[in-house]
Amino acid sequence: MLSKLYRVSSSPHVRNRISTSSIMKDVVIALLPACAVGVAVFRLPALLVLLTTCATSVLTEYLYSVLMKKKVTTGDYSALVTGLLLGMNLPPSIPLWIAALGSVFAILVVKEVFGGLGQNFMNPALGARCFLMISFASRMTHFTLDGVSSATPLAIVKNASRSQSVVDALGEQGINLLNMFLGYTGGTIGETSTIALLIGAGYLFLRKVISWEIPVTYIGSFLVFALLFGGYGLDGQYLAAQLCGGGLMLGAFFMATDYVTSPITKKGKIIFGLCLGILTGIFRIFGGSAEGVSYAIIFCNLLVPLIERIAIPKPFGYVKEK
Amino acid sequence: MRGATFKGGTHPYDGKDLSKNFPIQPLEACKEMVYPLSQHIGAPAEAIVQVGDTVKVGQTIAKAAGFVSTDICSAVSGTVTKIEPRLTVSGAMVQSIIIENDEQNTAIAGLGEKRALDELSKEEIRKYIQEAGIVGMGGAGFPTHVKLSPKDDSAIDYVLVNGAECEPYLTSDYRMMLEQPERIVGGLEVILTLFENAKGLICIEDNKPEAIRIMKEVVKNIERIDVKVLKTKYPQGAERTLIYAATGRKINSKLLPADAGCVVNNVDTVISIFNAVCESTPLLRRIVTVTGDGANAPRNFQVPIGMSYEKVLEAAGGCKPETVKFVSGGPMMGMALYQLDVPVMKTSSALLCMIRDEVADFEPTACIRCGKCVSVCPSNLVPQKMLACVEKNDMEGFVKLHGMECYECGSCTYICPAKRRLTQAFKQARRSVIDSRKK
Repeated sequence: MLSKLYRVSSSPHVRNRISTSSIMKDVVIALLPACAVGVAVFRLPALLVLLTTCATSVLTEYLYSVLMKKKVTTGDYSALVTGLLLGMNLPPSIPLWIAALGSVFAILVVKEVFGGLGQNFMNPALGARCFLMISFASRMTHFTLDGVSSATPLAIVKNASRSQSVVDALGEQGINLLNMFLGYTGGTIGETSTIALLIGAGYLFLRKVISWEIPVTYIGSFLVFALLFGGYGLDGQYLAAQLCGGGLMLGAFFMATDYVTSPITKKGKIIFGLCLGILTGIFRIFGGSAEGVSYAIIFCNLLVPLIERIAIPKPFGYVKEK
Repeated sequence: MRGATFKGGTHPYDGKDLSKNFPIQPLEACKEMVYPLSQHIGAPAEAIVQVGDTVKVGQTIAKAAGFVSTDICSAVSGTVTKIEPRLTVSGAMVQSIIIENDEQNTAIAGLGEKRALDELSKEEIRKYIQEAGIVGMGGAGFPTHVKLSPKDDSAIDYVLVNGAECEPYLTSDYRMMLEQPERIVGGLEVILTLFENAKGLICIEDNKPEAIRIMKEVVKNIERIDVKVLKTKYPQGAERTLIYAATGRKINSKLLPADAGCVVNNVDTVISIFNAVCESTPLLRRIVTVTGDGANAPRNFQVPIGMSYEKVLEAAGGCKPETVKFVSGGPMMGMALYQLDVPVMKTSSALLCMIRDEVADFEPTACIRCGKCVSVCPSNLVPQKMLACVEKNDMEGFVKLHGMECYECGSCTYICPAKRRLTQAFKQARRSVIDSRKK
């Protein structure tokens, strides 16, 4: 009799093919074009930094899982994504031990201590970047291009005197719009090439890994803010430098959209994107440093639980109860 | 042709090619026929036969116990051998009438007699439907005469025939639309006689162009009836999404379709209504698709109600030895059977033989908050947060997140990349909330 018993389960009895690891793999693939440009522009040091952060991140997660007798989850590629993103957020000249330290911080302090995948309240890569910014400020803001110290386009624009036009200020340093678009400027390894980041973002849209709400509202609200308060008005060169000259593209498409640390509902995502745009604008235009994307994102990560409280959608056919 | 639809939903592999081209074959009843007294929503019917009684084809063997309840009729002639609890599709033991088939097919007087619709009053029509034991055959099993008795007949604007058949693998409604379109229209005309202001809409997903063509052909000269083409998407055939796609009206869990001026009936139900009212034939059979990768010969059958699934599968040519799971109904909302010796009931639409157990293959992992569950939910809920509440046993939070609006379509569980068992948790939570409200 027992041999005739079949397996049972509660419906639904079928599952989609998409899994956590397939999504993370897609993110890795989407980041590769920007990494490739980074390595092409900054050469061997950039490659070593990327390899260091990836290897250290995965190893840290593996060791932590083994030591804490938890299920080893490195196979879901999430640690690799964190490592890759952190590496892309570091200057190519960073000493490798600092890159490794950042990776350990990202995985151990920001992710695992709070319960691992899905439980961290802050983007691990950005948390680690901010930790390194505070601890090693000069090394984290020292950018080189072809072995020569080279300020990022954003910093050049920020420090330009008001009498000078943006084009002239950038031109003095040999930077033009095409350079910024392709990625041949100073900056962190993964942020410089707008075109490579857009290709990666396009891939994520096609694969439906990310949706339009966060990147569009983020970039849109930031542009409006820069237009109103940037001091240059409708200056195409200035706005382009703001868009392509820093970490906005990398942040808006790949880090603000991090599932774990962004709101889950459509309405929440739109509010989140607006907050990001405004905060990035404030940090970049009124703040002390030229860049503001990382701080804006980790700050808004903290707002997510509050945003979600007000962004629960009305159910289908909802009628207000009397 | 772009069909009307709703927001959300998924596109699971549909598997309909396996069986959709095979005409419906009638099956002979087996020796032992089992009639559970509860095959519908509402009070179980009361047996009116006793052990030892002889019964005929079409004879009422159990009477409705109240308004929300319905009759049960025998599909065979023979002797009542036992009245005892038997295992049913849901896994519950249900008091059942067991009839030994004498294979004589002796019918009651008047079975199959034609009736002229225009000579019948509304009361007579409703009485015939109730006495025929007709229930919603799409799966829910709500007694049809109750559905057809709203407070105000004149307030019904639409009578919808649900031919969406959005569950993967199922092709029984599709075959009926191809083979018996006149009966569908006939049944719909019966319902339209009850609701003088209503318009009839036959709703079909756009993955069934042949059915759309045939139904359009049949209704082209009938003023009150139209075919409505819907986009192919799961769960397009759920009552709320169907009403919305066809009429633009929205209802929630607290409202009935009639509150939105709609009456919705499945294709097979509508045919049963025609049989009952115009041909004096109660609900004795239903169309069952035997399908899945494990079935040797996927086909569509007309099965006498009360026949065991085991015999149906035998008649269908059996299944492959590697079949691990059997589901009564479709893969999204059907019920898995741990053994096949359970009777086909009024609500049994398919026997799905699966060679892969995808539920066991994927262990749930941590939620990454990707939000896919939110985007597919046809009720516009936030399944991720609802599950978090259920896991903490926070039923108040679950209700606050509108968890009771969930109708367990399974879309969130299907789409979840972390393979989390959302629907399963919601089923339990909803039962427990309903139970606590009863106290």
